Amino acid sequence: MAIRSSSYFSEDPLDQGRPGFWQRIHLDAPLLAGLLALCGFGLMVLFSASDQDPAAVERQLVRLGVAFGLMIAVAQVSPARLRSWSPLLYGVGVTMLIAVLLVGDVGKGAQRWLDFGIVRFQPSEILKLAVPMMLAWMLSARALPPKLLWVVLAAVATLIPVVLIAKQPDLGTSLLVASAGVMVLFVAGMGWVMILSLAGVVAAVTPLVWIGLHDYQRERVLTFLNPESDPLGSGYHIIQSKIAIGSGGIDGKGWLNGTQSHLEFLPERNTDFIFAVIGEEFGFTGILALFALYLFIILRGLVITARAQDRFGRLLAGALTLVFFVYVFVNTGMVTGLLPVVGVPLPLISYGGTSMVTLMAGFGIIMGIHTHRIRSRAAS
Amino acid sequence: MLEANLEDRKREARLVASRAWIAAALVIAALSLVVVRLMHLQVDQHDHFSVLSRDNRVKVQPLPPARGLVYDANGILLADNHPSFSLEITIEKVDDLDATIEELSRVIRIEPRDRARFERQKQQRMRFQGVPIRLNLTPAEVARFAVDGHRFAGVDIRAELVRTYPLGEHTAHVLGYVGRINEQELARIDKSNYAGSHFIGKGGLEKAHEALLHGQVGYQQVEVNARGRVIRTLESQPPVSGKDLHLYLDIGLQQVAKEALGEERGAVVALDPRNGGILALVSNPSFDPNLFVEGISQTDYQALLSSPDKPLFNRAVRGQYPPGSTIKQFVALAGLAAGVTTSRRATYCSGAFSLPGHSHRFRCWRRGGHGALSLEQALVQSCDVYFYDLANRLGIDRLSGFLSDFGFGAPTGIDVAGELGGLMPTREWKQRVRKQAWYPGETLIVGIGQGSFLATPLQLAVATAAIANHGKVIRPQVARAAQAPGASAAEQLPLVSHTINLADEHQWGLIIDAMAKVVESGTARRIRSTDYRIAGKTGTSQVFSLGQNQRYNAATLPKHLKDHALFVAFAPVEDPRIALAVIVENGGGGGATAAPVARRIIDAYLGGASEPSAQSDTGGERGD
Repeated sequence: MAIRSSSYFSEDPLDQGRPGFWQRIHLDAPLLAGLLALCGFGLMVLFSASDQDPAAVERQLVRLGVAFGLMIAVAQVSPARLRSWSPLLYGVGVTMLIAVLLVGDVGKGAQRWLDFGIVRFQPSEILKLAVPMMLAWMLSARALPPKLLWVVLAAVATLIPVVLIAKQPDLGTSLLVASAGVMVLFVAGMGWVMILSLAGVVAAVTPLVWIGLHDYQRERVLTFLNPESDPLGSGYHIIQSKIAIGSGGIDGKGWLNGTQSHLEFLPERNTDFIFAVIGEEFGFTGILALFALYLFIILRGLVITARAQDRFGRLLAGALTLVFFVYVFVNTGMVTGLLPVVGVPLPLISYGGTSMVTLMAGFGIIMGIHTHRIRSRAAS
Repeated sequence: MLEANLEDRKREARLVASRAWIAAALVIAALSLVVVRLMHLQVDQHDHFSVLSRDNRVKVQPLPPARGLVYDANGILLADNHPSFSLEITIEKVDDLDATIEELSRVIRIEPRDRARFERQKQQRMRFQGVPIRLNLTPAEVARFAVDGHRFAGVDIRAELVRTYPLGEHTAHVLGYVGRINEQELARIDKSNYAGSHFIGKGGLEKAHEALLHGQVGYQQVEVNARGRVIRTLESQPPVSGKDLHLYLDIGLQQVAKEALGEERGAVVALDPRNGGILALVSNPSFDPNLFVEGISQTDYQALLSSPDKPLFNRAVRGQYPPGSTIKQFVALAGLAAGVTTSRRATYCSGAFSLPGHSHRFRCWRRGGHGALSLEQALVQSCDVYFYDLANRLGIDRLSGFLSDFGFGAPTGIDVAGELGGLMPTREWKQRVRKQAWYPGETLIVGIGQGSFLATPLQLAVATAAIANHGKVIRPQVARAAQAPGASAAEQLPLVSHTINLADEHQWGLIIDAMAKVVESGTARRIRSTDYRIAGKTGTSQVFSLGQNQRYNAATLPKHLKDHALFVAFAPVEDPRIALAVIVENGGGGGATAAPVARRIIDAYLGGASEPSAQSDTGGERGD
């Protein structure tokens, strides 16, 4: 019996023999290498996009340091402990979202921030981790694929924070949190019939969502459908971004030589639209390289998902990896005019701290799942 | 149990692994979609977006040419350009105009009159053309705005060349002035050539020679950022400055003429009969043209408009007066040319003239009559009866036909904008305008330069020069030559003339001799000169008509109802170098008030005081 079980675990070479250096420090070398390369490239682009402002790069570097530190710290926590924290984290997160709606600070016309005197932060960021953790916690208690009841419960657990965040209003984050929930269900093996019917429900609900949207959100959707309708107003972003990318061509205009970005035609070139700077300065070739890097990180996350030892780890690692992908897809789709403009940054490259810290914490969780292994020897 | 559990776990692991691979496939598919999109943007549409990107950052800016300068005959600068910094607001680029100006006034001093001028110019600006809110910024103000300027979108400092007229009122009527281009002017100018220009000639020489003075616009391609700020210049084609004008005008003589008129309202036109060059063109009183360049204030403008002396009125080229007796030598010539009189034929003046079969008595200015007079005596005494008789025998058709050849009744074509043509009455004119037949009595009145006959001082000067020239009528010109920037020599402007041919060339001499006698012993004898001979003719033009039995009494009439005094002359008789016409409004008799003005101008000119180049050959005459 023990032998049978040990043979099950022994399918993964990681579970055999002495743990290696990386496993002992609970980091995944390929993933770490991919992340470091990505962040390095990001700093280079940021230097250009911020008009060669060393201070901006310095601040970003400090944030990266904090984020990597957090990643390493989180990686040390075993999946079992994480699992036990999940309901608490979720509860605290949702409570803070309610608090934000009641007493939150208004920034850029939306209530997103909680001010704790020293730290001001967005509770919605916590939910990007808490929702997939909560769902993984719920679904990992029973056999996979989940039964309908649990799918419904998981959907409710996702929708509560999604609605609260959408009310702030922060369409981008609520989208990311919703996608985190969907990704857990997907990785959990939810049946295709259920996936399709869920898609049907979403299609039916869309008109209702439209009614509930704020004017500026509706405007964004309309502008997305026809950006030229308002070239100086809300269509300006997307028109200028397409010009930047298109004028980059195959080889790009060269680092620091993007006219769209340096002459300030491209709005939010540091943050949500930094992808257009890459397209302009590094061209199609540069973008392919960036995509290769992103794809490498995502595939590595999926490999870790496939090789994870328990349900909770599998669901969480898969969901976090796929949320990272959603970031990439929504941002690049938006900047290239494929998708409507929703405030989703280009992960690990856009200037700004909050999403970066959450993302890196997520990668810490993925690394922890991969490196805290029940060894075959211990099992026997 | 454990077996089943283990099987389940394996199945689950395979399920999750399969989902991971499906996810990987979906991820690759989704990213491929973005890549396809990027290929479309960056490869297929690259050229299109490259053009858009270039259009975004590269703007073509016009470079205005510097306006040509204006020099008088002796090289004295009459119209200059001086650099000036002004603060301009492009209204189309400003969201809240009042708030912007309010905020601006905390950085740069803006006075109520600046606001008033701004409001006025705002009404007649071109779209996207900046309107100045402050003029003549000091270097300190320019520096202060440079620090705070980024806060004001649509507000810019503009360095431009602003026209100044150093001699101000002395040149106002002849040069005119430039001002900001308004909507009406915009409709008729070549917009591309004026793309960077703010000023255009509004009157006088500035308007007449606009094409020469303005120059050719240049362009530069600049790289701008999203806020329109210029980052660098990519390419430029420099503008070609306007041509400098060198005038016949002698500013010294111009000043003498103005002083000679003193406080009187009137005009002087002096020209060189040899080439038609205007030596002096004065309308008194005058005004400061510099006030108009940047837009005159409402109060200043009202003051000029409401002044009874009408300083804005250019009497020299727009003042249309009955020429009075200054027309008589032309009528005499017409009689000689038509053969209706000779130098020996005598006419008896009894003090009045009546047409056969009419009771109306056309009176001579001398109530008692002149007795029997030859043509020469009639001119010297300025006898009216002689000319009633002569005009009557000529008839209106021959009279007006002959006088028109001297330029009466039509603009002379001088290069001063706004000239009027006077009125040479004809049968056809009366039928057209008054819908009436011509009365023989009107011919008599025209014969002494009264009635509906109107001439400008300029026309009188041109016609007088034609007598001095023995019939050569030259189109008067203020500008002698135009010099392109950088060119070593000025290019002479062409002369336009036509010649009146008389069957008997001696008749010119006859008239000139008579005009010389007018000054030697006739109505203008008080200006007789021993240095040189002047040929002249006095004139008096009625401001209002006297009744049949009323007497004109200068002493009891209010000033504004007094007759206008006129005088035309040229000198020296033997070799005419100056011809002129003088009018003193309500000055009374031509010999008494207008002739002395002419004498001072002729003295100044022939005395050589204001013409250094002529000093050597006139110096001897002065000593006589």
